[in-house]
Amino acid sequence: MSDTPAPRHIPDRLDKPLSSAIFSWEALLVVIAVLIFAVNSFASPYFLDPWSLSDLTFNFTEKGLIALAMALLIISGEIDLSVAAIVALASTMMGMAVQAGAGTPVLVLIGIVVGLGCGAFNGLLVTRLGLPSIVVTIGTMSLFRGIAFIILGDQAYKGYPESFAFFGQGYVWWVFSFELALFLVAALIYWFVLHRTSFGRKVFAIGNNPVACQFSGVRVGRIKFILFCLTGLMSGIASVLITSRLGSTRPSIAQGYELEAITMVVLGGVSILGGAGSILGVVLAAFIMGLVTFGLGLLNVPGIVMSIFIGLLLIIVIALPIVWRRLREGRFA
Amino acid sequence: MKNFLKYREIWLLAGIVVLIGLISTRFPGFADLANLRQVFNDTSILMILALGQMVVILTRSIDLSMASNLCFTGMVVAMLNAAHPAIPIPVLIAIALFVGLVLGAINGFLVWRLNIPSIVVTLGTLTIYRGATFVVSGGAWVNADQMSPGFINFQRAAFLGLPVLSWIALAVIALFFLVMTRTAIGRSIHAIGVNPTASVYAGIDVGRTKFIVFCISGMIGGLAGYLWVSRYVIASVEVANGYELNIIAACVIGGISIAGGIGSVGGAVLGALFLGIISNALPVINISPFWQMAISGSAIILAVVLNARGERRQGRIILRKAEAA
Repeated sequence: MSDTPAPRHIPDRLDKPLSSAIFSWEALLVVIAVLIFAVNSFASPYFLDPWSLSDLTFNFTEKGLIALAMALLIISGEIDLSVAAIVALASTMMGMAVQAGAGTPVLVLIGIVVGLGCGAFNGLLVTRLGLPSIVVTIGTMSLFRGIAFIILGDQAYKGYPESFAFFGQGYVWWVFSFELALFLVAALIYWFVLHRTSFGRKVFAIGNNPVACQFSGVRVGRIKFILFCLTGLMSGIASVLITSRLGSTRPSIAQGYELEAITMVVLGGVSILGGAGSILGVVLAAFIMGLVTFGLGLLNVPGIVMSIFIGLLLIIVIALPIVWRRLREGRFA
Repeated sequence: MKNFLKYREIWLLAGIVVLIGLISTRFPGFADLANLRQVFNDTSILMILALGQMVVILTRSIDLSMASNLCFTGMVVAMLNAAHPAIPIPVLIAIALFVGLVLGAINGFLVWRLNIPSIVVTLGTLTIYRGATFVVSGGAWVNADQMSPGFINFQRAAFLGLPVLSWIALAVIALFFLVMTRTAIGRSIHAIGVNPTASVYAGIDVGRTKFIVFCISGMIGGLAGYLWVSRYVIASVEVANGYELNIIAACVIGGISIAGGIGSVGGAVLGALFLGIISNALPVINISPFWQMAISGSAIILAVVLNARGERRQGRIILRKAEAA
């Protein structure tokens, strides 16, 4: 028997002092974003133009949509490396449909259904057969993109209908593109699901202790399956946007997006070990990555050098709190 | 005999023999000794890389930066060779090993000292090292006519009937076999993967051992950098782009558990050979090389399913924090 009496009242959420908000990960990201924004606007006179800011958003909206679902998946302790391959396969299927004369609604439907199907395939392998997701999705990554290569080879699909171009090139209002609007709406939905529903709570719980969840009556396998389906679905939606923006499909489309989406998620403060993270952080990280690539682009820095900054940003942002904590502990010990 | 059949490697070897047999029915010359020697030589670099990745995966870590390390180191030695053709090849190889070691040590240091999960660290260095290749080269290529003949021909020279490249691969395989089965560090690497907490109580410095495996994978990446550049006679930023996943695929097919602790030198070598045979066979049996990606993807999935039947333990451990601190 312990001396402490059982608490009579367990609060739904703990009181958060203001200081925890100030020193939170999201606050750090906001500071970084503001810094990059300031540096960019000093470095290039073209940066603060509304239209160039609007162009900036195209850098991250597609990957950001994938990152939203990926965040939930990583919080639950799984990972999906096949997202970019799903984009490629969905795009290839849409390309085939165009050759067969399909219209815009059918194309969008095909993109979404293929994405969902691929996600469900991953989910089945991981949850039904109990396989480690990192290996399964390395396999399906080769498989999905491999199918795209078998179908297309070194060819490309073109000839998408004009109305299809809206998704990747259209604007909802003034400088606000359809892609950005969709990303923000999706972010709101994901924020609500993760932080305001019991489903979201279960996702966190599974990431912290899947065995305890199982014993608490949480259907761990089913929730993970749903998360894989969601990741596939978002990849399908991203595929519609990218295909519409580029107006053509090659099997190498969206190459390397999986690592960028995961970088966004981790930069956004989601623990790669599962069990912690927030949608706000991921959205901020998406903006930061967009700001960095676009700002450096205005300065004529080649894409490959930008990737150094993204890589450094990832490691430094993860390492900073650890180093800071070590220093503080060392001083006060 | 029953014990003998329990070894995963035996089944994989049998699978490879069946695969070669199937290919021979379509292309009789494939099983010739000369051709198999060629396949082995073609796969040498992948085998070496898979061994480097194996020791990392055994400790429940992962090194996604190997292909970028290869690209960077390859560029450095190629540029050195182009600028100073007088530098002897053994010195260049030593430089490649050293540069690779430094890059690996950076990964290892971040994993060891800052406790950042290896998948995050190497995801970052994956882009950093490839970007650094662009910075040192200015985006330029190093072509065949800029490389010295010695640089290009060293690994092609025949020695006792095999090219030097094959001998290097054999030497690395032998070295890894000795280290993994006959030394304390080899034992520690296995132990950490099986049970990090017990390893700490057994007096193994888990962090330091992880640092060492990243140094090993770095050196291997560096060595492979020289071999790759002199084999394909081109150094560019695009070298081995995305190859990190092929390396991991070879390990997975070779039965190395991504959850750590399970895997052998023989498995890694056979896994790499399996992929090498497929990529060599597709052109000669008139299947478009575009099929290769889907085939290796299916092979990976099949391999995980089969391996999981033997293991039956929880996956995802690669994403779990090692209990040691």
